[in-house]
Amino acid sequence: MPIKTEQFYLNVGPQHPSTHGVFRLRLSLDGEVVTDVEPIIGYLHRGIEKLAESRTYTQIIPLTDRLDYLASMTDNVAYCLAVEKLAGIKIPERAEYIRVIFSELMRISSHMMAVGFYLNDCGAFFTPVLYMWREREKIIDLFDMVCGQRLLYNYMRVGGVSQDVPDEFLPAIKKFVAEMPRYIGEYNQLIKQNEIFLARSKGVGILPKETAVNIGASGPVLRASGVKWDIRKMDPYSIYDRFDFEVPTGEAGDCYDRYWVRIQEMTQSLRIIEQAINQIPAKGPICSEVPQFFRPPPGETYGYIEAPKGNLGFYIVSDGSIAPYRLHIYPPTLINITALKDMMIGWKVADLIIIFGSMDVVLGEIDR
Amino acid sequence: MTVAVNTEETGKKIAEAIPGSVVSSEAGSLTVDSKSLAQVSEFLKNTPGLEFDYLTVLTAVDYLHYFEVVYRLVSLKNNQSLILKTRAYGRENPTVPSVTDTWRAAYYQEREIFDLLGIKFEGHPNLKRLLLWEGFNGHPLRRDYL
Repeated sequence: MPIKTEQFYLNVGPQHPSTHGVFRLRLSLDGEVVTDVEPIIGYLHRGIEKLAESRTYTQIIPLTDRLDYLASMTDNVAYCLAVEKLAGIKIPERAEYIRVIFSELMRISSHMMAVGFYLNDCGAFFTPVLYMWREREKIIDLFDMVCGQRLLYNYMRVGGVSQDVPDEFLPAIKKFVAEMPRYIGEYNQLIKQNEIFLARSKGVGILPKETAVNIGASGPVLRASGVKWDIRKMDPYSIYDRFDFEVPTGEAGDCYDRYWVRIQEMTQSLRIIEQAINQIPAKGPICSEVPQFFRPPPGETYGYIEAPKGNLGFYIVSDGSIAPYRLHIYPPTLINITALKDMMIGWKVADLIIIFGSMDVVLGEIDR
Repeated sequence: MTVAVNTEETGKKIAEAIPGSVVSSEAGSLTVDSKSLAQVSEFLKNTPGLEFDYLTVLTAVDYLHYFEVVYRLVSLKNNQSLILKTRAYGRENPTVPSVTDTWRAAYYQEREIFDLLGIKFEGHPNLKRLLLWEGFNGHPLRRDYL
């Protein structure tokens, strides 16, 4: 007698521990195998693009903090770079170095959270996260030292940064840079050779090179698929052309490669920070003189950076007034999840959690 | 460095292959007629020397008497970029052909523009509201939305 089967629909989220926020996946299942995936987003939509139209250019900076809240500093940098490009503002040398140091610290911190929670999704319940948190705490202390905030920094300004680093900052960061490689070695010891982790992530959720390019993926997701594309190298903004670093890439484009690319990027970021500390001018202005209400000339610009999660861009249209006519945020993670369907179909529900975790998704950025 | 391609030369190339498609090719951006957008996008992706295989930002701006849809294309192979624009007219039913067949990167971005600005993308496989809920009245990013 044939067994009667039917398509089964399952909602994952919006409130689910493995969706990293309010993200909902509508799954069609055949037994335990995924046959269709439909991401449903918008639960965290705050209308930042609309809000920006009624605020001055400086007032928008705190809004950008709330995009990718695990990497607020790079959001600030991306926005300020776009406005500076639009208004033709030059920023002082010392501010450039401070920006680079904080961007790279933010990258390390963001990748730590990504890797930690990814391991969490793999079933290593909270032990790896706490290891990562131990060092992330040190990075956050550094941020706290310069701007008094631990999560939403609002530190960058159009034309530079809001305040100079205190005297105790440079010794503290030197100590951090010296200590960090040992901790990365510890992560590798813990995770890299773990047989359960390897079995669950190698060959799972493969994103082929052609698909990755076609869906417009960026950041570690694109590089894990074997495309050597890092905006810091290919289109250097700020002062990234002065530093010597490598762009790690993966081969297979599976979950393991995405994890491994992130770990390697941490080492490269440390290299950049080390060079920046050695090159930073000892004294000097940290912000060029920009009036509180400035009016960029009418026109449009697209400023973009390599944020921890990928290519983050701001498209700004100015009509010559104190507020932008239109501000569009190009969010890397929204584009990356276009590939979810390709990666998830055919895998079991338990693998789906891992595949989603390996994408490093932050909903504040997707929903804006 | 990602070099912006010379829009005038590229515009000439496109106009030769697809007559009547290029509206203007001023410095920095290339505006094409929305009717021939699908052909132009295929041409830009598949022509040797251009090979714009990577679509990054896709957005739209409301200029009240028309909508401008902006595409930023990158060629990973040649490390070049191009800003492509097209226009949609009318407040009730502005329509632009979808480019999802050429670059799947457009999938969510076109849905988002449809949601927030009300531009219809013909040929999109699943044109539904993305961020706001079904049944929401109006398109908030339009300049006349209050």
